[in-house]
Formats: sequence, structure tokens, C-alpha cells
Amino acid sequence: MSKLTLIIKREFIAKARNKSFIVMTFLSPLIMVGMGALVYFLMKKNDEKVKEIVYVDQSGLFSKEDFKNTKTLHYQDFTTLGVEETKKKVEAGNHYGALIIPKQDSLELLAKSIEFYSKDSPGMSVMGALESKIESKIRNEKLNNFGIDIAKINASRIQSDIKMYNFSGEESSKLINGLKIGVGVIAGYFLMMFVMIYGTSVMRSVIEEKTSRIIEVIVSSVKPFQLMLGKIIGNASAGLLQFFIWGILLFIIITIASSVFGVDVAEMQTSRIPADQLEAVQKAAGGDKMQLVIQEILRLPILKMFILFIFYFLGGYMLYSSLFAAVGAAVDNETDTQQFMLPIMLPLILGVYVGFATVINDPHGPISVAFSYIPLTSPIVMLMRVPFGVSWVELVISMSLLIITFVFMVWLAAKIYRVGILMYGKKPTYKDLYKWLKYKG
Amino acid sequence: MNNLLEINNVVKNYGDFRALNDVSIHIPKGSVYGLLGPNGAGKTSLIRIINQITMADAGSILLDGEPLSPKHTADIGYLPEERGLYKSMKVGEQALYLAQLKGLSKTEAKKRLKYWFDKFDISAWWGKKIEELSKGMAQKVQFIVTVMHNPKLLIFDEPFSGFDPINAQLIAKEILQLRDEGATIIFSTHRMESVEEMCDEIALINKSNKILDGKLADIKREFRTNTFQVGLNTANPNEVKAQLKESFEVFPADFKLLGEEMTMNVKLGETNSANDLLSFLTTRGEVQHFVELIPSANDIFIQAINKNS
Repeated sequence: MSKLTLIIKREFIAKARNKSFIVMTFLSPLIMVGMGALVYFLMKKNDEKVKEIVYVDQSGLFSKEDFKNTKTLHYQDFTTLGVEETKKKVEAGNHYGALIIPKQDSLELLAKSIEFYSKDSPGMSVMGALESKIESKIRNEKLNNFGIDIAKINASRIQSDIKMYNFSGEESSKLINGLKIGVGVIAGYFLMMFVMIYGTSVMRSVIEEKTSRIIEVIVSSVKPFQLMLGKIIGNASAGLLQFFIWGILLFIIITIASSVFGVDVAEMQTSRIPADQLEAVQKAAGGDKMQLVIQEILRLPILKMFILFIFYFLGGYMLYSSLFAAVGAAVDNETDTQQFMLPIMLPLILGVYVGFATVINDPHGPISVAFSYIPLTSPIVMLMRVPFGVSWVELVISMSLLIITFVFMVWLAAKIYRVGILMYGKKPTYKDLYKWLKYKG
Repeated sequence: MNNLLEINNVVKNYGDFRALNDVSIHIPKGSVYGLLGPNGAGKTSLIRIINQITMADAGSILLDGEPLSPKHTADIGYLPEERGLYKSMKVGEQALYLAQLKGLSKTEAKKRLKYWFDKFDISAWWGKKIEELSKGMAQKVQFIVTVMHNPKLLIFDEPFSGFDPINAQLIAKEILQLRDEGATIIFSTHRMESVEEMCDEIALINKSNKILDGKLADIKREFRTNTFQVGLNTANPNEVKAQLKESFEVFPADFKLLGEEMTMNVKLGETNSANDLLSFLTTRGEVQHFVELIPSANDIFIQAINKNS
């Protein structure tokens, strides 16, 4: 067996046999599902609570028809009670809130002078519902004043569903766009989590070898670079195993949970898609949502995405974890790592933020493109862009830059690592690290 | 080829600091070679270069006539001064891992480990974790993993630190036995009494330079001061002393004898021999004690370093 294989095996076993690793592997999915169920339960509870809203309409503009009860909001007309009495009742806690519609000379003034009183500040959804009610009523009123027939306006409403094509013949729709966002975001986020968890695990493993003082024994048998590489690969293998087990466990738990509690898996999944896209799904599918979702997924360039995912995932992880290894080598204990961690974490977090902020809105915009070229952010940002179709030219540029940077960074990290592992005592400064780079062999 | 290891004109710099300046050392096959020097002299740098942990900036190193290359890691066993083992790994697994890194097959490694574990009577520790062992016990395991691949060259940096006197004795015996079986041993230490006991040859490094090397006996000869410890039973000690001072240098004694005799250190002059001194003494009384003051490794160390700085 080659030395590298031996090191990978040892690192893998050391990691996978660790008690906290085993506990995390089997407990995390339970915790995740538990949390998910809790949030779902609480949201349901919250939604079920009916809020009673009373209104005083002095303008006489609104009718009972305008304040129809919904699932969560019930309305009562308190116009006859008067403003002061109504406020008192709400203050006493009998009702959730009071909507006061005063009499005004013009509709414009009216729109600005409506007030809402409540004991607790109302949520966005409540205010949104009230405002849209008032806006549509006043708009209809104005249309009426202009002599426009509302029935005609309503009849003229039409929804257009533009089918999107690009010149390579791929058809897309709003649904598939949502899916692309979902897939990209999950891939990018997954990469960031993996780098953070297993990069720091590599770092910890380096520090452990330093503090236990075994490092000098090891490097008298193997090259420091081999050791570093073995560590990085060994930890990644343990990580992949963990994610694999999580995947299986999550699948099992969700299957069991849905059959026991009768949760509709299909409903849960589609409910993650933004509402406007969901509408499109429902319209198009005529009820059979899952089938459509699967059809749409199959229309994504799956093989290309898979290959690119592997490439950027490995590239990104290796790039970052070699830097983590260098940090581990530079210090004697974990508390000293912080000053060196920040510059590593920064581009990682930046990648995710840029991905969330720009790629979702404009996957081929200048900022998305730039960050998908910059090697430290490209693994995350490019992974988010890939589902939207990225040309091979762009991919080649981005991948070449990543490879060049990767080789350079690993070389740099290996130099720091090689010197650092044998240095004890004083916490090094950036100046020291720079000096180490100049040491020969 | 009589030398197992030839270090020729090795230079090593760390940035602006020169850790080794044109150091040449030749280590004969089958010897125990003492690498001595104060802290920070450059011993560890040299040892790390021999182990290919770092590379020399200039100079050449030949192991058994061949330029040092990565395949030689299997021919070298190294017990560093800063040593340790994976704390949460089991003794047996750990030893197997380290043996395989040195190029042994798993079955061969198991066989050798069984031999050593039986020899040290520690087979019961196989399944224990290092963190469950005492420091001395861990050191024994460490010694085994250093020597188990039967390397041609063994490098021990302060091998006795962490051992109690009994185990230190055991390890010393093992080291000498390994030498007798054909291994060449580099021995780096501050403990001069173990240098006396173990080393055939030594090199002394101070401030990045080698200032002295050769057979320990030759160096002692070189550093001898022709001074003798004398114990004499005589009725007139003061008269004897006065007479002695005419032809020899006399110093107060730095030793104790059991009887009441006069004691002193006498240094021969340029023209006198030991026989001249002895025959003079026999005419003045009964000679109880007459021993040449041979410089200890410790004396040589201190003298050479002081002279150098």
C-alpha cells in the first residue's frame, strides 16, 4: 500500500471512529427532521389562530362585502360604536385590532388617513391583507369615478405565461427557473457547509499532530506534502460518508414520518417553491404536481451539472482545506487560529452571499459572472449559475483559473505547512508566514 | 566504504539565520556517534536534514555511498527529541501504521512488533490507547516504533529523557545491542555521562559550526592536561609540596581519599614524564593514589565551547 493510501486510511478511520462523529452522523438527521417538524407544527398553530379585526367606517365607502372573513382574519363592523369606544374595546384585549376609516373629502386623502390600532404590533401578513383590501376598493372607486366599467376591466385581465428558450434549444419556464435556483443554491450552500466543517476538521487534525508531537516522527517517513494531502482526502472521505448516511437517514425518516403523520411529501416539496411558480405548476399540471416536477428536473442538463458539481466541489474543498491545513500548521492550538481563519472564511461567505443576492436575480449579470471566475468564490457562485446554463467558454475560463489558483495555493499552503509543523512556541505573524515561504526545502 | 554516513560541507539557512555552516561529519559503520552541542547549536537542523525533513541549502550527504534520496527513509529510524504518538489511537494499530509508513508489509510489521512487545513484556498494551499509558510506557512504545524496521542508521535525540534510571539502562543496553547487530547510531544528547558510556566517536557543534570531531579516546588524549591525582603518606607534607613545586605545578586536590594522606593534583611540566613524578613521590613516602586526570566528556564539552566563544 502506498504511503498516501495509508495516511488517507488512517485519517478516515481516526475521523469516522471518533465518538462525536458517530453521534453527529446519526443524531443530526433526527434533529433536523425534528426541528423541521417543530417549525411546521408551530407555523400551522400560528396560522390556525384567528385574528379578529373590528372596523369603524366613517367614510361609508366600504360594505360588508369588502370585509369578508378569511381563514385567519375575521372582521366585525363597529361603525355604530364610534372610534373611541372601539379603541377602548381593542385596548381591553377583546379584539386583535381596530381599523379606523375616517371621512375625507377625496379618495387620495382617504387613502393616506386610514389608521390601525392594536395592542401588539401587527405582522406583515395582516397589514398586507388590509392594505390590499383598501387599495383595491379605492382603486375600483376611482375607476368608477372615471366612468370606467369595472366588469370590463376584470374581463380584460389575462395572464400570460411566456415560454423561455435559449438558442441551444432548451426550453424553460418559471417552474424550471425555480428549480434551477433551488438546485444551485443547495449545491453552493452544501459546498460551503462541507468546506467549513471538514476544512476545520483538517485543521484540527494538523493541530493534534503538532500538540501530540508525533509530527516529526511522521515526516521522517513521509513528505509533509503527502501527509497534508492524505489528511485532506481522508477527512473528505469521512465527510462524504457522513453526508451519504445523512441522505439515506433523511430519506428513511421522512418516509416513515410522512406515512405515520400523514404528511403529504409531494405537498411539502412543492410548497418550497415560491408561490408564483407554484401557481404555474398547479395550472399546468392540473393537480399532478409531482410528475411535473420530475419532468422538469429531467429537463435540466443533469449530466453536465453533475460533472461540474464534482469538479467545483473537489476544487473548492481542496483549495480551502489546504489553506486550513496551513493555518493548523502555523499555530500550536485552536485558540490561535482565529486571526488566520477570517481571511479564509471571508471569500467563502462572500461567495454564498453573492450567490444568494445576484445569481438568483440575474444569473448571467456582470457580478455573478465575475464572482464565478474569481477562484476563491467561483466554486460556490459557479455551482449556483450552472443550472441556468453556462457556456463552455465561461466554464473553461473559470475552471482553468480555479486549477491554477488551486495549484498555487496548495504549493503555498504546503510551504507554510512544512515549516509550521515543526515550529513551536510563539504564535506566528503574517510576516513570519511570509518568511517561511522563502525557506528552501 | 567504511562510513555509513558522509555529511560534506552542509549549509542550512533559515532566512537570514545560518543554522549550519559548512558542516562535515563522517560516521563510521557500526559505531555509536555522539552529536553534541549546546541548545540551538544546529544539531536538530542537521538531524532533520539527515531525515530529509528539510533539505540542505548546499553540501552533499551520502548514505552507504549513495546520495540521500526519499527511498532512504526506510533505512533510517528516528527518535526525535520532540516526540509523541497519536493519543487516541491504540498502541498496536499505531505501531502497525508507523511500521507500514517505513515500508514494512502488514504481516512483517506484525511479526516484528510481536518480537519487540514480547521482549519488553508489553504485549498486554496492544489494545490500549496511548492516553491510557504513563509517559515511560509510551516512551517504550516510541522506542519500538523507531527501531522495528531494522534500519541501518538510527538517530536518537535525547533518547533517555522521560525514562526512569532502570528503563534508561534497558534502552541503553538495547541501543548497544543494535550497534552490535550492525546498526550505526547517531546519538544526540546533553547528558555527558551517557556519552562516556555509549559513544565511540563524537562531533561537537557550536553556533552552527562543527568545532571538534573524532574518536572519543583520541579527543580525550588531545584534551589531556597531564595532570595526576596524587595521594601520599608522608611525615612532612609541606616539605614535599615545596619540593614538588620546583619541578611540577601543584594544585589543591579535587578528590577525597579514605585515609589521612596528603592529596593534591600535580601537573607535569614540559620536560617531565609520569615516571619522573612517580619516582620522586616514592622516595618521599608511600604512594596511596596515583591516577591520571582524564578529561571527561563534560570537561571537553565545556572547554571546547568556552574556547570557541
